[in-house]
Amino acid sequence: MSWGRYPPLPQRARAANWCGGLPALLASAAKEKGSTLAHGEGRSYGDSCLAASGEVIAMRRLDRFLDADWSSGVLRAEAGTTLADILAVAVPRGWFLPVTPGTKFVTLGGAIANDVHGKNHHRRGTFGRHVRRFGLLRSDRGRLVCAPDAEPALFAATIGGLGLTGLIEWAEIQLMPIASSHVDGLAVRFGDLGEFFALSAELDERHEFCVSWVDCAARGKTAGRGVYMAGDFASDGPRAVENRRRPGVPLTPPVSLVNAWSLRAFNAIYWRKASAKRRYVRGGYDPFFYPLDALPNWNRIYGIKGFQQYQALIPDAEARAGVQALLDAIARSGKGSFLAVLKRCGGDASPGLLSFPRPGVTLALDFPHSGHLEDALFPRLDAIVHEAGGRLYPAKDAHMKGEDFRRAYPDWEKLAALRDPLLLSHFWKRVAQ
Amino acid sequence: MKRILIVGATSAIAMACARLWAAEGARFFLAARDAEKLAALAGDLRVRGADVASFQMDANDVAAHAGMIEQAFQAWQGLDIALIAHGTLPDQSACERDAALTLREFSTNGLSAIALLTSLANRFERQQGGALAVITSVAGDRGRPSNYVYGSAKAAVSVFCEGLRARLSRAGVALTDIRPGFVATPMTQGLPLPKRLTATPEAVAKRIVAGIARKADVLYAPFFWFPIMLAIRCIPGALFKRMKL
Repeated sequence: MSWGRYPPLPQRARAANWCGGLPALLASAAKEKGSTLAHGEGRSYGDSCLAASGEVIAMRRLDRFLDADWSSGVLRAEAGTTLADILAVAVPRGWFLPVTPGTKFVTLGGAIANDVHGKNHHRRGTFGRHVRRFGLLRSDRGRLVCAPDAEPALFAATIGGLGLTGLIEWAEIQLMPIASSHVDGLAVRFGDLGEFFALSAELDERHEFCVSWVDCAARGKTAGRGVYMAGDFASDGPRAVENRRRPGVPLTPPVSLVNAWSLRAFNAIYWRKASAKRRYVRGGYDPFFYPLDALPNWNRIYGIKGFQQYQALIPDAEARAGVQALLDAIARSGKGSFLAVLKRCGGDASPGLLSFPRPGVTLALDFPHSGHLEDALFPRLDAIVHEAGGRLYPAKDAHMKGEDFRRAYPDWEKLAALRDPLLLSHFWKRVAQ
Repeated sequence: MKRILIVGATSAIAMACARLWAAEGARFFLAARDAEKLAALAGDLRVRGADVASFQMDANDVAAHAGMIEQAFQAWQGLDIALIAHGTLPDQSACERDAALTLREFSTNGLSAIALLTSLANRFERQQGGALAVITSVAGDRGRPSNYVYGSAKAAVSVFCEGLRARLSRAGVALTDIRPGFVATPMTQGLPLPKRLTATPEAVAKRIVAGIARKADVLYAPFFWFPIMLAIRCIPGALFKRMKL
């Protein structure tokens, strides 16, 4: 299953243990199933990480480091290596991921295939911008090394290519130097979207990391309120690997624990707890970047039906009105999640063909799955996004209509042409075929 | 920094142990059959901060043992730990039809380990210290119709260890007999293992590394196999032969 536990499409996995065994796995998948897909940690929310054939190649055991130059911060590792694995060796040596998403439990291959972004997108763009080269195994062409100057078309198509252009066997990335693993954070609440845009305009360029929490349940006068957070790595302090882990969610409740009541109550308390004045705190990187990693299996709180994440990007010109309209529609529905994230993306273009971020503002939040979502709420939100010239994030998606995808990602045909004929996901089948 | 020899270093449990040791700071001498896998593992451990030397060898090639052990002792001027971790999971029904295959599997899982222990024991005895460890199996505790070739080979190693341990203890050398239960590794891939009883190589490795450090004699991994196997060993033979195991 994917991270959203929806759609419930059963998958069988064949485990890859060594890169040398991958050609044989591809050959047997071709013979028995006709198609397959590489699967990492399964942290994509929707169906982009699920094979159309129901048979994936589990890459997680390909988690060996290949080499590292700690003087220049260049690291090469097999594709199943997780960002957590990388941090464990890099942080004590004074290096950090140049770009990190909100969880460290994703694989290197997955980070490339989804061209993930993080709190510093306005400074450093997407993960793909820091990939120097990678090994790609294709069913039709065998082993290739892709880089900006070698197989450039496949290099671009694979970054954000949803795992469809071949199996990423290994990748070489450029890390970012840090003096300390502590982060100097800043938090301040805002009363409406106008204040958010003012804060973002003032502070984004001053800080490496910026993100905001927004109260998606707030309506009327309180609509658009939230908490703006920024941070920078401290210039002194320890360089310590962090790994907070609490017991986690032990089982999946029959119904979602997130509902209209719990949502309003939690969000109101959270907003009130935040400081109205700018508050500065120094802390570890783990709670700053990966708050939810401390709660294993948090995705279970949405119950057995699972949830869907909705992440949209609204271009700068329409950002204010577009985000306002999205939040209004969501608040009226009474649905949503404790964690709703607002973030301004910068102008650094990704080398990836189907990379999601563009200059603008992205809003992401989760919804417990129900029939109502796809019948009523999502069509309304999709219309707003379409109107504003925005787009949805394939890595998070389980509902996007094919025509919306093809319009928002005009380069999809180039990816279709470069797709490995043996690799096919439910997502790609849904939107491109 | 611990100086560690691992035979069968590319097995999943051995690799997981090596990573834990590497995190503490270690110098490795790795022996395994497949040069490509060996190189990949060596690279991984180097990035994790370890020093690594490696040696390509088939454990069944007993003639090669002496040279390998010699090099291992020379590489880092002595050894603190030697872990014997190689093995296969024989196809029991194929073994039943083929005596030569049975002996081959017995050699891989039993005799080759006994040969290595014999040579290593003498070196460690002379060194007057260090820890030997060998991965056997809970399958060696009782012969079951479904895999008694594997089980009896591991049982031979376990009994060999029991005697050798007593001898080595006089020289201050520890010998740990590691008996894992079901572990999700390439060796057991495709087997219908009971999910609740199946451990990850990482969990088993944690217990092994801690067990070797405290010089445990017999180490069931995970721990819950100790009471399970205690109970299974108590089942009378007359009843045991009628059970489907």
